[in-house]
Amino acid sequence: MRRYVLKRFLAVVPVLLGLTLIVFLIMALIPGDPATAILGSYATAENVEKINRSLGLDKPLAQQYLIWLSNILQGDFGRSYSLNRPVLDEVLDRFSATLILSGAAFLLCSLWGVLIGIWTAARQYGWTDRILTVAALTGISVPSFWLGLLAILAFSVHLRWLPASGMFAVYGGGGMVDLLKHLILPATTLSVVATGVIARLTRSAMLEILRQDFICAARAKGLPEHRVLYLHAFKAALVTVIPVLGVQAGFVLGGAVYIETVFQWPGVGLMLVQAISKRDILLIQGGVVIVAVCYVMINLMADIAQHWLDPRVKT
Amino acid sequence: MKRRQSVLAVLARNRPATLGASLLLVIVTVSLLAPLLPLHDPNATDLANRLLRPSLLSGNPLGTDHLGRDLLARLIWGIRLSLAVGIFASIIAAVSGSALGIFAGFFGGRVDNLLMRGVDMLMAFPYILLALTIVAVLGPGLLNALYAVAIVNIPFFARNIRGATVAVIRREFVDAARLSGMNNRRIITVEILPNVAPVIVVAMSTTIGWMILETAGLSFLGLGSQPPQADLGSMLGEGRKLLITAPHASIVPGAMIFIIVIAVNLLGDGIRDILDPRLRAGTLSRPAPLTHVRRESIPEPQSGYLLEVQNLHTHFIASGRVDKAVNGVDIEINAGQCLGIIGESGSGKSVTALSLLGLAPSPPAVITAGGVRLEGEELLSANFSRLRSIRGKKIAYVFQNPLATLHPLTTVGAQISEAIRCHRPVSKHSAWAEAVNLLNQVQIPNAAARARNYPHEMSGGMCQRVSIAMALANSPQLIIADEPTTALDVTVQAQIISLLSRLRHQQNMTLIFVTHDFGILAQLCDRVAVMYAGRIVENGSTEEILANPAHPYTARLIECAPRLGKGRRVLTSISGLPPAGDQLPAGCAFASCCDRSTERCRRGDIKTRPVAATHSVRCLYPLGCAP
Repeated sequence: MRRYVLKRFLAVVPVLLGLTLIVFLIMALIPGDPATAILGSYATAENVEKINRSLGLDKPLAQQYLIWLSNILQGDFGRSYSLNRPVLDEVLDRFSATLILSGAAFLLCSLWGVLIGIWTAARQYGWTDRILTVAALTGISVPSFWLGLLAILAFSVHLRWLPASGMFAVYGGGGMVDLLKHLILPATTLSVVATGVIARLTRSAMLEILRQDFICAARAKGLPEHRVLYLHAFKAALVTVIPVLGVQAGFVLGGAVYIETVFQWPGVGLMLVQAISKRDILLIQGGVVIVAVCYVMINLMADIAQHWLDPRVKT
Repeated sequence: MKRRQSVLAVLARNRPATLGASLLLVIVTVSLLAPLLPLHDPNATDLANRLLRPSLLSGNPLGTDHLGRDLLARLIWGIRLSLAVGIFASIIAAVSGSALGIFAGFFGGRVDNLLMRGVDMLMAFPYILLALTIVAVLGPGLLNALYAVAIVNIPFFARNIRGATVAVIRREFVDAARLSGMNNRRIITVEILPNVAPVIVVAMSTTIGWMILETAGLSFLGLGSQPPQADLGSMLGEGRKLLITAPHASIVPGAMIFIIVIAVNLLGDGIRDILDPRLRAGTLSRPAPLTHVRRESIPEPQSGYLLEVQNLHTHFIASGRVDKAVNGVDIEINAGQCLGIIGESGSGKSVTALSLLGLAPSPPAVITAGGVRLEGEELLSANFSRLRSIRGKKIAYVFQNPLATLHPLTTVGAQISEAIRCHRPVSKHSAWAEAVNLLNQVQIPNAAARARNYPHEMSGGMCQRVSIAMALANSPQLIIADEPTTALDVTVQAQIISLLSRLRHQQNMTLIFVTHDFGILAQLCDRVAVMYAGRIVENGSTEEILANPAHPYTARLIECAPRLGKGRRVLTSISGLPPAGDQLPAGCAFASCCDRSTERCRRGDIKTRPVAATHSVRCLYPLGCAP
């Protein structure tokens, strides 16, 4: 097990390198000159050259990448020109907000998705199955940004139960309770699509498992049905469900872009959208790299969890 | 062409898919007809009539937006744009992703490795983030959003299509094509493309809804279509700014996106069910915890047998067909006896065994008549919790394929302890000790250490010993062994049989042994019941039946068994196949294969008749008797 974990960690290194390379290349491909983009109407030839030199853009591409890589490895993502602040500071501030939002959404979607999946599989073709299957289909088809707007209309504007935007109240905000109140709507909205996906895949994984011989054998032992379902069948289905959870974690992290925009949640997503409209390239780069690295780590954990659960996979 | 028609026919029978298809058809038609419809100009502003609420009577049934533009017209033109973008994005993704996938799969080796590593890298990003980055680079705009969404989906296609290509390439017809001198291009277009096409369609059906959502999302963020051009996403984005004063301007376009995507997904699910057998398997039914029982009467108990099965009928009822797998079986067994049930595959012997404790898979199995009594207690009418307390406690099973019947992710010791603790309130610790003890009893060497093993770490024979240990865990009154040695090789078979035989005599165990092998039966059982086409055709003591089989089928079955040291014998086979369970003839089911049959055999039910004190047969012309 320890060797497997080590091996997986080592295998992540080239993925991370490739990932940074892709981000770097995409950014290097930007049509036009970043210096001109940054300077706007101040783009005299002299200024452009100065910026290019300070960004290292006068060097060959490969060298530029290595310089950039060694910089970001030391935590230097450059300075955001639109905020006039180190990119890393800004990104880390924002990322904690995103982590709270997507972490909460991930908890919600894995819990509900898995429960609905098991529930519907156990009652196949019953009316609960039909209703929840339709609900799951609705979940994967609904535009989350629209759902967020509807939620604001219903719960903030009409019922006045929950705040519509931000992470804390502007006046007298702060504290856990305030945060939770602000978190409920965006986290729920963000979790809906992923819940639908997880529920559908859990259902089909469970149906596949429930037809296998060891389930009949478990029943022949005289086990109560809840033990057969939640222990025997679900344990076997988890092997398929865990990678799905890993992918959905990425979906929740990325989908936060919409939800943060709708609810004005001060996370990386909102930051990225603003940075794109201001063409603040270093900020975009930094935000994307951090979120992508986090996603790679989540999938690494999913891999390790799957391996730990399934002793048959020996590598 | 025929196949395509049948696919359409199947799709038409899938109601959700039909619903999705019709919705889409309406939406597409309306949006295509947009230039011909009597609509306002979608871009004509009319500031005097800003933010009108929807009203059917006015000229703006869906109201107007912040510039007084008619929302209905904008919606329909927006649908056009959103659909076009979604469809083009998925075509681009499908074509380039499939090309990459086929290329990588076909050439393999380094090309494959390089391409797939690249795909892995792209997949290391959360989808939406990557799309966002690409738009950031290309700049906002609908076309750029389209490219971004398409590029993000290429890895998904590449990976799936590569897998399908690799699977196709291993098949013989590709080799044949290569040998016949086809060049690579022809092999790809003629042999591979048609075979991976279903996978491409399935991948498209899964992603197209998502792509429509995603482009709408980018437009919503202001990174897609730019004013005055508006797809549904940017309409929603504009409407959002006036969410509180004019909610209809956001609700309407969002609802439209939702309807389009759900229609696409409904249709996509239908297509997937047809084209992807793996997913279709998932939609098949799973067995309920208890076999369904639908019978008119409960038979009266006969006498004091330990187990008494009377006139048991278990039918498989699915989509109008009735397969009479078990069609009137009677079994009696006394404590300490060992009864062998023998018959060929499909004769209903396993279904009989499973039906006793309601383990026959329902749906499709239904017990339509008969009764099962254990010490006089009717089991088929017992409620689930009562039956559960009998399963594993009074009657235990040993199944055919030990590797498939043990839980793959749990240690064998834990599985045996679970069986113990489920019927007796003992501590975890003592249950484990008992489990090790049981493993010792079934002669597993080094039992304490082996208890910590997973099933895949043991041989088939060892796994079967574990199953037997588990069956013994609660000292049941009856053990039902359903072909416990069929999946094992011959030497292991012999070991398991001698183990069962020893346990039987040591513990005075009552055993029902289901098999198709007369050799095993002769070693183990006192009595034999021969099954054919869902009924017991002969029943008697083992010696009696082996020496004087009365039913022509039994005689043939005995002749079929190879015997040691008698290699020069011609193995006779049974000509013809047993009738399928849904086409049972009237009268004797064996009649068409039997050389003694007459017209009488094909008329009406044939009763069992005694041929000796402990021997009865269901035949009009039994062997060794005057007709």
